[in-house]
Amino acid sequence: MRLTCLILLTACAFLLSLIAGKTWIWPVAWLSNSAEGWIFFELRLPRALLGAAIGAALGLSGAVLQGFLRNPLADPTVVGVSSSAAFGGVLAIFVGLSGLAMFASAMAAAAISILLLVFMAGRNGGPLGFILSGMVLATLAGSMTSFLVSIAPSPYATSEIIAWMMGALTDRGIPDVARALPFIAIGTLMLFTTGPSLDALTLGEDTAKSLGINTARLQWTIIGGVGLCVGASVAVSGVVGFVGLIVPHLVRSMVGERPSAILLPCALVGATLMLVADSCVRLLPGPAEIRLGIVMSALGAPFFFLLLARIRSRAA
Amino acid sequence: MMRIDNLSVSLGGKLVVERLTAALDRGRFTAIIGPNGAGKSSLMRAMAGLLSPSGGQVRLDRAAVGEMPTTERARKIGYLAQDTKPAWALTVRDLVSLGRTQRRRLFAAPDTADEAAILAAMIEADVSHLSGRAVDTLSGGELARALIARVLAGEPDWILADEPLASLDIPHRQAVLALFRKLAANGRGVVSIVHQLEAACEADDVLILSSGQLVAFGPRDEVLTATNLEAAFGMAFTIHHIDARPVILPSRP
Repeated sequence: MRLTCLILLTACAFLLSLIAGKTWIWPVAWLSNSAEGWIFFELRLPRALLGAAIGAALGLSGAVLQGFLRNPLADPTVVGVSSSAAFGGVLAIFVGLSGLAMFASAMAAAAISILLLVFMAGRNGGPLGFILSGMVLATLAGSMTSFLVSIAPSPYATSEIIAWMMGALTDRGIPDVARALPFIAIGTLMLFTTGPSLDALTLGEDTAKSLGINTARLQWTIIGGVGLCVGASVAVSGVVGFVGLIVPHLVRSMVGERPSAILLPCALVGATLMLVADSCVRLLPGPAEIRLGIVMSALGAPFFFLLLARIRSRAA
Repeated sequence: MMRIDNLSVSLGGKLVVERLTAALDRGRFTAIIGPNGAGKSSLMRAMAGLLSPSGGQVRLDRAAVGEMPTTERARKIGYLAQDTKPAWALTVRDLVSLGRTQRRRLFAAPDTADEAAILAAMIEADVSHLSGRAVDTLSGGELARALIARVLAGEPDWILADEPLASLDIPHRQAVLALFRKLAANGRGVVSIVHQLEAACEADDVLILSSGQLVAFGPRDEVLTATNLEAAFGMAFTIHHIDARPVILPSRP
């Protein structure tokens, strides 16, 4: 029942994202042989598809990471994959690459960060080692990115890098969809299989192992799945924060806290949030679009404080 | 039959269980006692296949528990960890149904056998009236019983419980001890670490551990002697019998 509502909600957000913008394109014009039809196929449709896929991937990654680390403050940024992928993207811009080469560079950086993460967190590392290693990686990637920005050859390159890092779906086309979607699809499937193991982990690692959960394999699946999802997302859209953090909390207040029960709703709510935020970005007045990453952080930061306040009041 | 064969366990380079040998039978309720830091929990984790031994092995019906396929081990051995705090506020029913994890396939809904086992486990552990409550609203004793129900729901041949009585009041403690005796009488092997000697007096067998070494293992009345207890705890005890039940009194320093 709740799931049906969420699916309908996501469908509505998807429609909204197809229709709304500086130019409103109603379904009658979608198939017309006009400028509107062109905008629909070349811009709106890929943008909505990417928004839905990336939102779902980030929401799901957040839910899985929070479940795995048993920490409500975890999200894809804490494992360092997004900062590393961002560094890969920035490096590509820095040396003048774009399109597929830039995507490949971001994905390669994400893959390297995953290998480093596995290496540093250890084969059977607990949540603490995982979080600490992730934070070290995120900091390292962040400072290397800053380094590139500081030595950028021209102000134009600097502004291009900074604009990209802030995250957006502006002017993404069918080729971007074709690049990102396969990775996101595989990553998402991997993450969906972790549900029962995450449930068992609710009672701690020893109990999960005693219930027959292979925690080492689980860690590999999660790192791989999150790497594919987040790496491909960042490679296409830049860093859009807070989705992975906020969405699981929204969903828990709707469907309860069982880790496997929140996975699909988190993907749906993540997609909805992303599509609505991206539609807002297009509708807000002004000569240029506000970056999606900024809108998301503006929504996310107050929410984060609210969340902390609630956790602290519950602990008291 | 669970055979602990010349078992040694190291934690962080320190030997916490040293060359321990014992054979435990199904159909018996065994209490493990010993002072703090004696290696009781490490011994139990090794018995559950969660710690690999640094020497010797634990065998269950001839197979080493460390080398059994994990799902088979999970079906045979139910392990109740010490002081578990659920990370998420599941309902009691969802918590208990985790005990069926190893019997379910990915994405399969619980079948009638699962449902029956979950209900029976909740009744046996006296938590069926809490079924829909979120675990973060339970008292310590209620949570402890819900966790016991979780183990029972898996219908394991062996139940290894690490201090399950710690937060229970006296009626519930007696109820859990009675449940353990009943489970043992029905053919399961029940092993529990306990701190209260009164609880050890309810067991069939007692294993006394001190500084990682076996002090004594065997039927309760043979093992719970003033000499053994003094050797383990480093203080004197007097033992009385009232209605053929042992009563152990620690001496006053």
